[in-house]
Parts: sequence; C-alpha cells; structure tokens
Amino acid sequence: MTPEQIKKPENVVAQRPALLNDNTMHYCPGCSHGVVHKLVAEVIEEMGAEHIAIGVAPVGCAVMAYNYIDVDWIEAAHGRAPAVATAVKRLNPSRLVFTYQGDGDLAAIGTAETIHAANRGENIAIIFINNGIYGMTGGQMAPTTLEGMVTATTPYGRRVDLNGHHLNISPLLAQLEGTCYVTRQSVHTAAAVRKAKKAIRQAFENSMKGLGTSVVEIVSTCSSGWKLTPAKANDWMVEHMFEAYPVGDIKNTTTQKS
Amino acid sequence: MPKITGAVEIDRDRCKGCDLCVVACPCSVLALETHDVNNRGYHYAADVNPEACIGCAACATVCPDGCITVYRVVEK
Repeated sequence: MTPEQIKKPENVVAQRPALLNDNTMHYCPGCSHGVVHKLVAEVIEEMGAEHIAIGVAPVGCAVMAYNYIDVDWIEAAHGRAPAVATAVKRLNPSRLVFTYQGDGDLAAIGTAETIHAANRGENIAIIFINNGIYGMTGGQMAPTTLEGMVTATTPYGRRVDLNGHHLNISPLLAQLEGTCYVTRQSVHTAAAVRKAKKAIRQAFENSMKGLGTSVVEIVSTCSSGWKLTPAKANDWMVEHMFEAYPVGDIKNTTTQKS
Repeated sequence: MPKITGAVEIDRDRCKGCDLCVVACPCSVLALETHDVNNRGYHYAADVNPEACIGCAACATVCPDGCITVYRVVEK
C-alpha cells in the first residue's frame, strides 16, 4: 500500500487530542509537561467532561496550561492550588476539579495547602509533576532534588548536612486518611505513558465519585534544568530518580469503597 | 497472517526536534533532519524509512507536542 492509501481518516490510530488547541507549547523540547498535558486532554475528552472540567494551574512552568488545554482554568497563587480547588469543588460539586502542580509548587511553598486539602479528603484530583528541580526559574534546588544532584544553587551537589534530604511527598500524603488514591507514574516510554493515562483517568473518576483526594505523581524530566538532551534526561531519570521515587501505586482504597 | 502497514504524518512546524519519537520507534522509521530546519529553527523529525512503519503509535504516544498522527491498516 502506498502512504496515500494508508493516510485516510478512517485509519487513524493516534492523533493530537481535540482538546489541545493550536497554540504551540512554550515548554522546552522533550519536556514531560507536554505529554502530561496531552494525557489530561485525552482523559477529559474520553470522559466527555469538557464542559464540567475546571483545572487549577500553578505557578511554575505549567502556569500557562490555560493556553493549551481547552477547558476552564483558574490561576492560583504559588502553591495554593489545592486550597482554590477546595473552594471550587465545594461550591460546584458536580464539576471535575483538578490541580496541576510542579514540585516547587506542591512540595515547597504549597506543602501546607496540599497536606491539609488531602487530610480533609477534598474530592479533587492532584496531578503532581516531580522533576526534582525548579525548572522555570533556572534550575535551582527544590525540596525534591536528590542528594548529590547538581543544580544552579547546589553547584557541588545537594549536601544532606546543609540542605537536608529529598522530600518524598507522595508516601506522606498516602498516610493521610483523606486520600483514596496515591500513585506514582512516569512518561518516559510509550508503555509508561499509557499507565500514567490510566492513573489520571482513575483519579478523575474518583473525584467525580466523591471518594476523596487522588494524587497522581508523575516523575518527570527537566532536560534544560538537568543540562541533558531529552533522551539522556530520560535515561538519567530511570537511573537516578526511580531509586528515590519508585514508580507504582502507593495507596488505593477505591476498590473497597466502591 | 494479516499484514500490518502503518504510516506517520508529522506536523513539521510544531516539532521541536526533541528526538524522543526517534528513540521510541521500534522499527527505525523516524530520524531527525540533519540539514533542514522548520520555521522555528529546529531539526524536525521525519519518516526516513516509511516502509518499515507498523503503526504502533509509540512515537505519537511519547511526543510532547502532539505533532504526530499515526495511521494503520490491517490487510487480511
């Protein structure tokens, strides 16, 4: 068959989701944010939730998520996305409310809001992008930065005696009674992307069913901040990040509740 | 055995040349252009070996910018 015979609308198996609009993303080449945006758009589209979805965007690289995914968005102050999402969900319980936060937003300045929203068991889905660095501001050390990792503010590597240990926030949130689903995923291979999509779908469904707070941590790369090519950043993540942040479900109580 | 044929279409002006689709492709269909650049100066991805495509959609799944459309035909 010639390519012209194959390239017909009825033969499409994968394409750009309709909910992603035509704007070119401002993310660096190979950034995991792009993949996660695509997954969020696909999941909302598959759930038919375009008209009821409200995203709460963070401060950080994903601050302009409203430019790319064609649903309603609210911009929260730095780290305060779970607090804003709490209000939105309580006032509009029929809406699909999710936050989309990075590690500098969720695990640093927004730790209090995150922990208390999860402890109250707010019916929101939290998507947490963990790349171990402050990407937008130029690659400074974040609480999630690994020991020995070189960043702009730790040029000789993160020292435990000076900077403390990396903050592993998902197991912390899993201990709280309010969370119903805490999982850690990644988007470095096609198989991992499909698993991450399933996790996001389950988190969104939990939010609609009112089962409690769902947290989907995505271990990601920041090729610009890590000063690696996108492919090498993925290899580095598999080699180093997965040791500290192993991928898999941390908590899932939804099977008992439903 | 059914014969599976695939084809990819790449939105070259949206591509940022991150190389992730090239790494993900199991059949070495894709490669980055070595000389040509798109309207934003990136060496975009192209299907240099289109006959080998099986339409598995691994490239489109990992593409951060959603610039790949994958087609697949199963001939019985």
